[in-house]
Amino acid sequence: MNLLVIFISAVLINNFVFYYFLGLCPYLGVSRKIGPSISMGMAVTFVLSLTAVASWMINHWILLPYGLDYLQIVSFILVIAALVQLVEMFIRKVSPPLYQAMGIYLPLITTNCVIMGLALLAALKNYNFLETVIFGVSAGLGFTLAIVLMAAIREQLDLADVPRPLRGAAIALITAGIISLAFMGFSGIIK
Amino acid sequence: MAQKTIKSEFFKGIWSDNPVTRQLLGLCSVLAVSNAVINGVAMGLAVTFVLVFSSLIVSVIRKIVPNQVRIASFIVIIATFVTIADRVLAAYFPQLSKAMGPYVPLIVVNCIILGRAEAFASKNKVGRSIIDALGMSCGYILTLLLMGFIRELLGNRSILGYQILGKWFEPWVVMLLPPGAFIMLGLIIALFNLIENKIKEKQKLR
Repeated sequence: MNLLVIFISAVLINNFVFYYFLGLCPYLGVSRKIGPSISMGMAVTFVLSLTAVASWMINHWILLPYGLDYLQIVSFILVIAALVQLVEMFIRKVSPPLYQAMGIYLPLITTNCVIMGLALLAALKNYNFLETVIFGVSAGLGFTLAIVLMAAIREQLDLADVPRPLRGAAIALITAGIISLAFMGFSGIIK
Repeated sequence: MAQKTIKSEFFKGIWSDNPVTRQLLGLCSVLAVSNAVINGVAMGLAVTFVLVFSSLIVSVIRKIVPNQVRIASFIVIIATFVTIADRVLAAYFPQLSKAMGPYVPLIVVNCIILGRAEAFASKNKVGRSIIDALGMSCGYILTLLLMGFIRELLGNRSILGYQILGKWFEPWVVMLLPPGAFIMLGLIIALFNLIENKIKEKQKLR
């Protein structure tokens, strides 16, 4: 039950984009077309799940037992960078088509606040191992949902006659605000 | 001439290359902590501290670090200063640190800082890098303050906790919530674009 709550809350209510404002750079950058935005969402979900596992292990097996939690920031960022690099090399060797599809997004993801945010939030909320994994996967799905929705709207927006100063980032942010307003309607699902 | 370039190095961060409204960097923190002016001030100072010191160190070591590992070493330098800022805030301003949640540690992945380290500090002398970092921080703080000012005034009728508007004003609660942040930033960027376009048109007429 608890796991279900974490899942729904991370996908819909406390969506990483609309509630925590994390991952806005790729959210605004790669949301022009639906195709690439799906690939980006998949890549982020994948890395988020791995990060959730890795950061939990580091936090609970190394940092906390030795009272080193002030090293959280440095160690998380290094592990994430190393992990993304490894995944990139692995995918390039094992599955070139998959690398074609999401490889170019992987380096971008390293310095993406979604990933670091997940590691920090999971540590902050004191989730156990299973909860952390669910949190990671559902945060990724929430991000995918948000970016695909946005891409679908922006494809239509290209055809619309937007006032000149609003074009580009401004209208994208306002659209995000309106979607976020709609997502607030979900907040009643869980007490 | 040298004087003028240093001056323009500083001011480009505030207007023409403003990290938030022009380069769209560091949006996460701008949106998240701008619901009250005081949070914006704290966040702005923390980012300034990290940006100035990491630019300083990156610029000092720019000739020693091999090209292949430069990004990794920049990240470690930045993470070190973020940890210092985070611990200092937690020790002296526990309430403020709690209000900002994970966003202080998240400065480490704030694209402004890595962006400046990569694009400017790793290629320029120490003095110029610091001027550039200060200009960028000023642009960031000003945008944060503008956002915080509008959102706190409209959402809470107050500035820095002091009531400004009377009871007659029905507070716009949405301004304190995430949608308000998105929409407000969108409008501010649009306003900046409008001013920029007007300036360009005037220059063309001349």
